[in-house]
Amino acid sequence: MSEMFSMSALGSAAPPRVTREQKTLRAGFIPLMDASILIVAAELGFAEKEGLKLDLVRDVSWANVRDRLAFRQFDIAHMLSPMPVASMLGLGSNPSPTITPFSLGRGGNAITLSARIFERMQILTGLPDDASALANAQALAAVLLDMRARGEAAPTLGMTYPFSSHNYEFRYWLAAGGIDPDRDVKLVVVPPPLTSDALAAGAIDGFCVGAPWNMVASERGTGRIVAAKQDIWPLAPEKVLGLRPEWAEANADTVSRLIVALDRAARWCDEPGNHDHLAEILSSAPYIQAPRDIIRRVLNGEFHLDARGNKRIIPDYFLFHRGAANYPRPHQALWIYSQMMRWGQAEFSGDNRAKAESAYRPDLYRNALGAEASTPDATEEAEMLSAFMDGKPFDTADMAAYVARFPVRTDAAPPLAAHDA
Amino acid sequence: MSGSRISADLTILVIDENAIRASIIEEGLAEAGHRKVTVIHEVQGVARLIETLQPDVIIIDIESPNRDMMEHMFQLTRSVSRPIAMFVDSSDTASIEAAVDAGVSAYIVDGLKKERVKPILDMAVSRFNAFSRLQRELAEARNALEERKVIERAKGILMKMRGLSEEEAFALLRQSAMNEKKKIADIAQSVVTAAGLLL
Repeated sequence: MSEMFSMSALGSAAPPRVTREQKTLRAGFIPLMDASILIVAAELGFAEKEGLKLDLVRDVSWANVRDRLAFRQFDIAHMLSPMPVASMLGLGSNPSPTITPFSLGRGGNAITLSARIFERMQILTGLPDDASALANAQALAAVLLDMRARGEAAPTLGMTYPFSSHNYEFRYWLAAGGIDPDRDVKLVVVPPPLTSDALAAGAIDGFCVGAPWNMVASERGTGRIVAAKQDIWPLAPEKVLGLRPEWAEANADTVSRLIVALDRAARWCDEPGNHDHLAEILSSAPYIQAPRDIIRRVLNGEFHLDARGNKRIIPDYFLFHRGAANYPRPHQALWIYSQMMRWGQAEFSGDNRAKAESAYRPDLYRNALGAEASTPDATEEAEMLSAFMDGKPFDTADMAAYVARFPVRTDAAPPLAAHDA
Repeated sequence: MSGSRISADLTILVIDENAIRASIIEEGLAEAGHRKVTVIHEVQGVARLIETLQPDVIIIDIESPNRDMMEHMFQLTRSVSRPIAMFVDSSDTASIEAAVDAGVSAYIVDGLKKERVKPILDMAVSRFNAFSRLQRELAEARNALEERKVIERAKGILMKMRGLSEEEAFALLRQSAMNEKKKIADIAQSVVTAAGLLL
């Protein structure tokens, strides 16, 4: 059949270049908007230009992505930023060494509560429609006390994975409002595409997931967006490119080419003039099954907070490249580690600190891009380390003390329980 | 795969959204002498089930998006008496690779001897593989049947429109396929489509 006819084409083809490094890469991804850079690198020829072929393989769970990378079904993977850190610390079910030389952008997460809970927050506390993320968290704390006084069950809230930006950001937001995420609410895992339906069905009362699922729920009128990732910590890392360190070493040239391809794709994704095209690619069949106009608005950072017409524009809701968004900052890995300590997932030790830091590899990023590398601006970066919603600056010098300064953490006195009758 | 008595007392939970495949696994476990086997097809309420059932081994298909939910649950229970972890034996990565290839994953209670679990995982892997083979063969058979139907219809159209015999109609299809370097079924499909447009 077709094989025998392709033989004629073989004669004219150039002989394949002799190279020991892999040039066709299997890339695992979860259908989310923050997979854009990988998708665009494969779809618009950025990988091809660097002599690489990206075979994108859609997966259904982060546990699968982790295992398929570990067991060599994937060469590279779209991963949650805490996953390489967890792997290096030996946390989770199948910790296998994983590094990241490239961050797939910043932003994209938000926290949504059910319209029902939000209405109670407004009635009980007089919360305005344009309240800050912190005021929203405090109002939720007031409602939780009211629910407890009335003997109602604590709400169930959804996130994506135990080692996810969503888990740590949701916990950060709740705790900043005085809510203990382990005692005052019930945190469960819900696959992102199911969050809007789970909220509508009353199975969960809120969630923290990536785009576009918050907007999908708010436009349906079932949810109210109460905080964006930027409100919690603008520098919080989101998704990263995960690699096995031994594979990266054996394929150093390929890794450099890949970083160049991703850098070009990231610059393309950042360009507002390309967003119509990007929305079209993302909403096509193999990628995200969500309406194209919602994806287009999310790219603009144009939020419909609810179905009543309350809007909010979040500039740079998605940062694919600017602000050195692709630079894997070791202090981002350390912040993730601090939150793992805060919530009892990891212990403090100098050894662990070094392991956590080793997951992020800016050296590989710099080597690949040379003079074109977008590195962080020192002044801006110092400001960013203080830009948390609760005003607590991140201190990398003394991690144990940083964690101890949080009034709400695992093993700390439960704040809301003090009000028990 | 002969039933080893020492592992027959293990409590095993099978989570597979595909009911047919789950029953094939269940049968394999029964053949190996396992009696304490629970099979579920959806993960709704699995956390409570794991609490009450206290399984030693959990077998799950990796197409289930609910694996992340289980990872979370194992994180929460890691400090209690029965921490559960994914089946990984660093000395035997080949067998875990085979499992991931086959689309199955297993979690075991920490401290359980690997040699007690390995036959269970090996059995699950071979049955998962056999199941995908069956499904592939079924799909191929369906495809072949569809192709034959299209060729029959194209022959009928050519016989009617060009007054050919059945043999001549088939020869014409075959000749066109060779000339155009296509499959006969593809040519037949174009004939059927074209006839639909022209008539």
